[in-house]
Amino acid sequence: MKNELVVDRNDAKLSMAHLYIAFAAVLLGGIAGLLQTLVRSGTIQLPAGIGYYQLLTAHGILLALVFTTYFIIGFFYAGMSRTMGKFYDQPYRLGWLGYIVMTIGTALTTVMVLLNEGTVLYTFYAPLKASPWFYIGLTLFIVGTWLAGGAMCHQYYIWKKVTHKKISPLFSFMAVMTMVLWFVATIGVAVSVIFQFIPWSFGWVDEINILLSRTLFWYFGHPLVYFWLLPAYVCWYVIIPEIIGGKIFSDSLARLSFVLFLLFSIPVGFHHQLLESGISPFWKYLQVVLTFMVIVPSLMTAFSLFATFEIAGRKKGAKGLFGWFRALPWKDARFFAPMVGMLIFIPAGAGGIINASNQMNQIVHNTLWVTGHFHLTVASSVALTFFGIAYWLIPHLTGRVLTGRMHQIANLQTILWAVGMFFMSGAMHTVGLLGAPRRTAYTTYQEHPDALGWIPYEVTMAVGGSILFIAILLLIYIITDLAFFAPKGKEDFPIGEVAEAAEKTPVILENWRLWLGIATVLILVAYIVPVIHMIEHAPPGSPGYKFW
Amino acid sequence: MHMHKLERLWLMIGSGALILFLMVIGVNAFAMGHTPPSDSEILDPTQVDLTAPFDDPGLKKIGENEYELVLVAQAFTFQSNDEIKIPEGATVHFKVTSKDVVHGFQIPKTNVNMMITPGHINTITHTFDEAGQFLILCNEYCGVGHQAMGVPLEVIK
Repeated sequence: MKNELVVDRNDAKLSMAHLYIAFAAVLLGGIAGLLQTLVRSGTIQLPAGIGYYQLLTAHGILLALVFTTYFIIGFFYAGMSRTMGKFYDQPYRLGWLGYIVMTIGTALTTVMVLLNEGTVLYTFYAPLKASPWFYIGLTLFIVGTWLAGGAMCHQYYIWKKVTHKKISPLFSFMAVMTMVLWFVATIGVAVSVIFQFIPWSFGWVDEINILLSRTLFWYFGHPLVYFWLLPAYVCWYVIIPEIIGGKIFSDSLARLSFVLFLLFSIPVGFHHQLLESGISPFWKYLQVVLTFMVIVPSLMTAFSLFATFEIAGRKKGAKGLFGWFRALPWKDARFFAPMVGMLIFIPAGAGGIINASNQMNQIVHNTLWVTGHFHLTVASSVALTFFGIAYWLIPHLTGRVLTGRMHQIANLQTILWAVGMFFMSGAMHTVGLLGAPRRTAYTTYQEHPDALGWIPYEVTMAVGGSILFIAILLLIYIITDLAFFAPKGKEDFPIGEVAEAAEKTPVILENWRLWLGIATVLILVAYIVPVIHMIEHAPPGSPGYKFW
Repeated sequence: MHMHKLERLWLMIGSGALILFLMVIGVNAFAMGHTPPSDSEILDPTQVDLTAPFDDPGLKKIGENEYELVLVAQAFTFQSNDEIKIPEGATVHFKVTSKDVVHGFQIPKTNVNMMITPGHINTITHTFDEAGQFLILCNEYCGVGHQAMGVPLEVIK
């Protein structure tokens, strides 16, 4: 029985160390989020000199960076250990080193935000200038993730050498692909922080090239969202089929979709800068076209998943065109949370297509619509999937079990999350179309009728935010129970098997030189001309400002 | 690599829709002139007050029912020497730069929305067909008073 396989005890500790920080960040970030919705709707005013934008910075960093990254790395260590076996000494030690460096960086950045020395939001746009230690903290965080990615790549490399296998386990392949995507993506933000922000914030140079810093940020900022999404895809492709008693539809198509994400998630950052001066409409449009290429692997994923669901349902005797849908294990929290996440991804993805649509972006850019959008994608599809993973991963790693009662509580959590998000994100989308700006504290613009009309929606956002906060408290209860109090026992680490009918996986899919080569060419084509233009035709740089 | 017959059909329909959609926005952008605001003019962000036309920001009539509105974005307002009152049916060319940090420039109920980056000028054109109260607001975080950064724009009969 392959499900007898258990993650090695030491690897489990490494994984759990990441998960503790991930969920602590959810709690703290969630408190910040709740307060933001209450402030924005005019319900409360913040005490003790805490600023709205300080909270917003904390919320973004804790949830979009700390929660996601720690969870992803912890999940990958566990899954690689499960599918390739115990981590070898060197990558194992590198894993801990990465954890320490990341955590020092996180702590430093958090302290700077708490001291109100880094209220520049998590996109830290120049020329707002934070303390240099804010940027150094972020740099250490990124370096820590590189060490973690290095540990995984090293493990993969040794495993291939030792076993002489051409094709690695699907989970490990996907984990390594996600980390490779992360390496390539973080180069942009690292260059910007090391060569622009740190020297400028220390005062070693007086000025900063703003357009270049924004371009380097968004070179990183878009693949960042795929770094969040791909681990959820790992769960959907590899874990869910086993939980529902089905098989992986096709190993090769799953790998191909990950290859396509590597190729098409990076040369696309301009779709975040569509309304900016200094970039010609031609290059913007080219990157819009490349952006839309990721729709292809998403369509492939949707097909594979629903094929898996239908085949599994029919095997259980489901009849009729949609009988298989009812045959899915809706009461199983390991399935229910990710499945709700998947269903939410349908409208969320459609919203994303609207955002990236060149001139259509003008209607929604920097409005609350965008905030509503990524609360469906990362804060629902990805977050619910991660919660669904944690429900079995944490007890597996701590030697406990997910009891029937916990399944019920976890399903209630998912329902509360979906309901809260329906109100919050729904109101954000709607009021965004009416023109309400994102990242803005409570305001009526001197009682302007347009702004007064937004307030009912902002109250709805606060209602949704409050429901979401209750869901977060419930989540923390579940996680604490699973980590420390649940009955001792053995919880499965589900890893799906590939369907017998599926074709053999072509070796070319693991040809890293080929895929990285194509990715590099695409990045150079999309960026080199406009970036040279940005540098050669740059206006005099900007000094720093501290407007908070 | 082998693909299921239905999957091939699904991907063909999806990709076909994708190509059609990209062609629509491409034609709309380049043949019909609806490219997003992408001005390439630059200036010294520390010398905005001394650089024309930003040394005298405000509303200027440049033709039959056609105006240029020059504004300087700064924390936390849009600077103009004139009250912003525009006759109904007028076409307005907005020309904006920033003298400090990055700002946004948006008028709810219209398609006017662009980024204002220091050192760069950005432009957008809009025709106000109906009279009423409008609001120019900053939609990019620019500091502690960001939520106060808005000025009224009135379209008069």
